[in-house]
Amino acid sequence: MINPLAIIGRTILDGLGELGRLFRFAAIATSHIVRPPIYWRLIGQQMWLIGYNSLPVVGLTALFTGAALAQQIFVGGSRFNAESVVPGVVVIAIVRELGPVLGGLMVAGRVSSAMAAELGTMRVTEQIDALVTLSTDPFKYLVAPRLVAAVFTLPLLVLVANVIGVLGGFLIGTERLGLNGATYLQVTAEFLEAADIYSSLVKAAVFGFFIALMGSYHGYNSRGGAQGVGKATTNAVVSAFIAILFTNLIITVIVFGVTG
Amino acid sequence: MTPPMIELKNVKKSFGNNIVLQDINLKIAKGQSLVIIGGSGSGKSVMLKCLLGLMAPDSGQLLISGKDIAKISASDRKQVLKKIGMLFQSAALFDSLKVWQNVAFGLIQGQGLDKITAKKIALEKLRRVGLSPDVAELSPAELSGGMQKRVGLARAIATEPEIIFFDEPTTGLDPIMADVINDLIVECVQDLGATTLTITHDMASARKIADRIAMLYEGRIIWEGAKTHINNSGNAYVDQFIHGNAQGPIQMDTAKS
Repeated sequence: MINPLAIIGRTILDGLGELGRLFRFAAIATSHIVRPPIYWRLIGQQMWLIGYNSLPVVGLTALFTGAALAQQIFVGGSRFNAESVVPGVVVIAIVRELGPVLGGLMVAGRVSSAMAAELGTMRVTEQIDALVTLSTDPFKYLVAPRLVAAVFTLPLLVLVANVIGVLGGFLIGTERLGLNGATYLQVTAEFLEAADIYSSLVKAAVFGFFIALMGSYHGYNSRGGAQGVGKATTNAVVSAFIAILFTNLIITVIVFGVTG
Repeated sequence: MTPPMIELKNVKKSFGNNIVLQDINLKIAKGQSLVIIGGSGSGKSVMLKCLLGLMAPDSGQLLISGKDIAKISASDRKQVLKKIGMLFQSAALFDSLKVWQNVAFGLIQGQGLDKITAKKIALEKLRRVGLSPDVAELSPAELSGGMQKRVGLARAIATEPEIIFFDEPTTGLDPIMADVINDLIVECVQDLGATTLTITHDMASARKIADRIAMLYEGRIIWEGAKTHINNSGNAYVDQFIHGNAQGPIQMDTAKS
């Protein structure tokens, strides 16, 4: 007979075990970031793969989101004759939340899956074992460069996404909704505060860490051939999404919870 | 008396209730070539992974040049691994690197050689295994299975290791290519004077490569001796295995209606 309590208990224990393994993996990988040798060429290569190759998808996401946001705020605001809030709300929403979160999610979809698939394939084809036999630490050679690259690249991507998102709002505001261009930019600048930009960049760096961590962790520990690699890829994306949304909430509460 | 280059003492390993290695004891003298034969699932690969430090045994000692690979520090293990070359069953070449970069990997990362010197050595090792310099610039995905094995062999001998492990070196190759690989292994090992441990279920390969042969069955070494004695082992399990008979004491799990 199936005991529901036993199933719940086993599920919780399995979950805690997985969390423990993830923390251990993160701790080992992070410790390798600062210990030589540091593979600068691999870090640069990963920055290119994560950053430059993600620019189109992140840019388009930000552009369309900024434009749609401006349209919705204009429709809502016009009920109270408050169309002038469009630039301010757009810039705050984009910089504080949508730029980093949507940018992070898009990059997670692209990059976490790619990392998990690559490292997973290396695992099942014994390439990671081969690295060890060639006196090379896989954490240092494979994981650390991905973590460093993602942590430094995501803020740059989110900065670009923020600018493009605001531009999307500006374009639809001035071209379709009849808002004045100079006033739009002036209100945008007035509403934007340094804390908004800092929090956006901090969020991006944290998201970058989790994107690379989840991709690397699931790929590195992949088992069981092609099916295992497929599972690792799915798990990497799902867990990166959850980590991004959860840490976004935490950072938002910490930074804006008191002052608003 | 010179201590053995590789020694396994009472090594045990299990996964849950599945006991994979039971009290393994083996010695390989310097310069000797030991081949371990055995069917699929007999524990050969687990034993090799334990010897490389990729897996920890439950108990026992895995001594390489007198140092227990399972118990030494990470930096000491790295030093021990520098003495070891390994040819993987699937060759395990790095997809993202060119052929010469694969061969030179251990020279650059492990020994700190500059790229130009490492490439020269890599090209020489590729020539040694019968591959031309043109191949060096290709990616592993562009090579046939036999060529990948040769590149894997070139990578294994590139650092001129004292010990070389071969994991199923001829699996997946046609008989002629398998013989070519066997010949290359024998020649390369003789050149280097290396101590080797090979795991295989290919008897032609075992007879060609080995000085001594041991048979692993259900996690135990059930026979060990000189390769010239294997035809007269007096062991029914060994006889069944080397002749490839379906009938005998080794029962395969096959579903019969």
